[in-house]
Amino acid sequence: MNASDSTDTGRLDGNVLGGPLAELFAADLTVATVACAHCGDHAPMAAFQVYADAPALVVRCPGCAGVVMRCASDQRGVRFEMTGVRLLTVTSSDDQA
Amino acid sequence: MSHVSRGFSGRRRDAPAGRLPPGQYDVGDGFPVLSAGPVPYTEPDEWDFTVQGQVDEVRRWSWQEFKQLPREPVTVDIHCVTSWSKFATRWEGVSVETLLAEVETAGDYVLAFSDGGYTTNLPLDDVVDGKAWVVDTYDGSPLEPEHGGPARLLVPHLYFWKSAKWVRGLVLNLVDEPGFWENFGYHNYGDPWKEQRYAGD
Amino acid sequence: MAVTRETPRVRRIRLRPPDWPGHVAGQHVDVRLTAPDGYTAQRSYSIASPPSQPEVELIVERLDDGEVSPYLTDELRAGDLLEVRGPIGGYFVWPEHSGTAVQLVAGGSGVVPFVAMLAHHRTSGSSVPVRLLYSARTDADVIAREELRPRPGSAVVLTFTRDAPADWTGPRGRIDRELLVRHSAPPEQSPAILICGSTPFVEAVTREFVAIGHAAERIKTERYGGMGDTS
Repeated sequence: MNASDSTDTGRLDGNVLGGPLAELFAADLTVATVACAHCGDHAPMAAFQVYADAPALVVRCPGCAGVVMRCASDQRGVRFEMTGVRLLTVTSSDDQA
Repeated sequence: MSHVSRGFSGRRRDAPAGRLPPGQYDVGDGFPVLSAGPVPYTEPDEWDFTVQGQVDEVRRWSWQEFKQLPREPVTVDIHCVTSWSKFATRWEGVSVETLLAEVETAGDYVLAFSDGGYTTNLPLDDVVDGKAWVVDTYDGSPLEPEHGGPARLLVPHLYFWKSAKWVRGLVLNLVDEPGFWENFGYHNYGDPWKEQRYAGD
Repeated sequence: MAVTRETPRVRRIRLRPPDWPGHVAGQHVDVRLTAPDGYTAQRSYSIASPPSQPEVELIVERLDDGEVSPYLTDELRAGDLLEVRGPIGGYFVWPEHSGTAVQLVAGGSGVVPFVAMLAHHRTSGSSVPVRLLYSARTDADVIAREELRPRPGSAVVLTFTRDAPADWTGPRGRIDRELLVRHSAPPEQSPAILICGSTPFVEAVTREFVAIGHAAERIKTERYGGMGDTS
């Protein structure tokens, strides 16, 4: 799981998506398993790479760096696309381990 | 707007009247780096620039060939949609006019594409007649990768997301094809003086 | 709201959000600042207090080029209103049902969610063995000293990357493979591992844990903006 060994020091992870996505979804999607539409790898959304200083949050696959999701939230409202997500799975179990 | 945080003013700063488009602030000596992804690192011997799509013939320049083309210094103000502006930025490169000089095309639109997958679209009219360049030098030094090096597009009359970093070529199109930010709700054209930030503005 | 200075660059903020539903150790809040002209800036901050404490505490480090942290560390005063959203996050939280040991690794201000987790471990009387490995620049940069004092059932190992106290006999330098092998729970214990700090820190430590033999699925990470404790 090392799409880039570069010094992307400004990069965060999917944990920061919890707040913005709560404006759209009732469930906590940061624990959902996301299958990347580009490479098929899957991981919890919290483990995805988030570039947070562009005009919008850009979420990338930790395996292939492909864009899986974008989210922008401001005074005008929310814009959200997940064309890079092949499948999103939320389990009903509350065991996180 | 309900709550205002006492004592918070953000990074705003005033600037000479008439020089700043609406809603912008002068970032002064700073040059923010906004990235939608990892910084690509492309070596000169891996780099080329192509003009393709609705053209009579694909044009291609290697880095060495690109460096041989007629070039010029460019000093312009730039305006980012995230509201920072920077005055009198100094660049050097090849005008897009030069790159398209002998190209025959029926296309009216251009899609610029970059290493890392970024794209942005413009009308052909907005990259010719001295309106756009492919630049490889900033402030007298080779353009750094985090600022878009080895070369980036420079289209100062539009919001800076149109000045694609890490540019590798132009596709001439008959039909306008929205790029990375244009198909996420940002304005298709992006004139900062008309404050065209979002689709519908 | 109350504000206190934790270290020269770090401040502790105590809030009483109305209708607060309670939180889980490790969760964060989003803090949003609004300027008079409508401009907003928002950042996430981990909650430092345990669920058993009614007031919500944040511990914020000043990032010099930050938009939000300098306001929180330098400008915010007792009596001000602060707009927060939360609690947020179900991923990077205390593993309540862990059958095995828990290993926490923090770089600089990345220790904040673990302050909440260790306090929760204490107040809930948890019997899960927990270890924290915490990397700070100097002794003056150590956060939450009270909460991190040694207790039975929880071990805290500190390492200093720039300057250790004169009489320091503990580890020194960056958290590298040798330090992990010596001071963290070994793979045979199959610990649940949580790592928090700057992106370079988190990714370097993750690589080392995998190289030592821990399963990648046992490792959870939370990345903070800024360089964290990498120098």
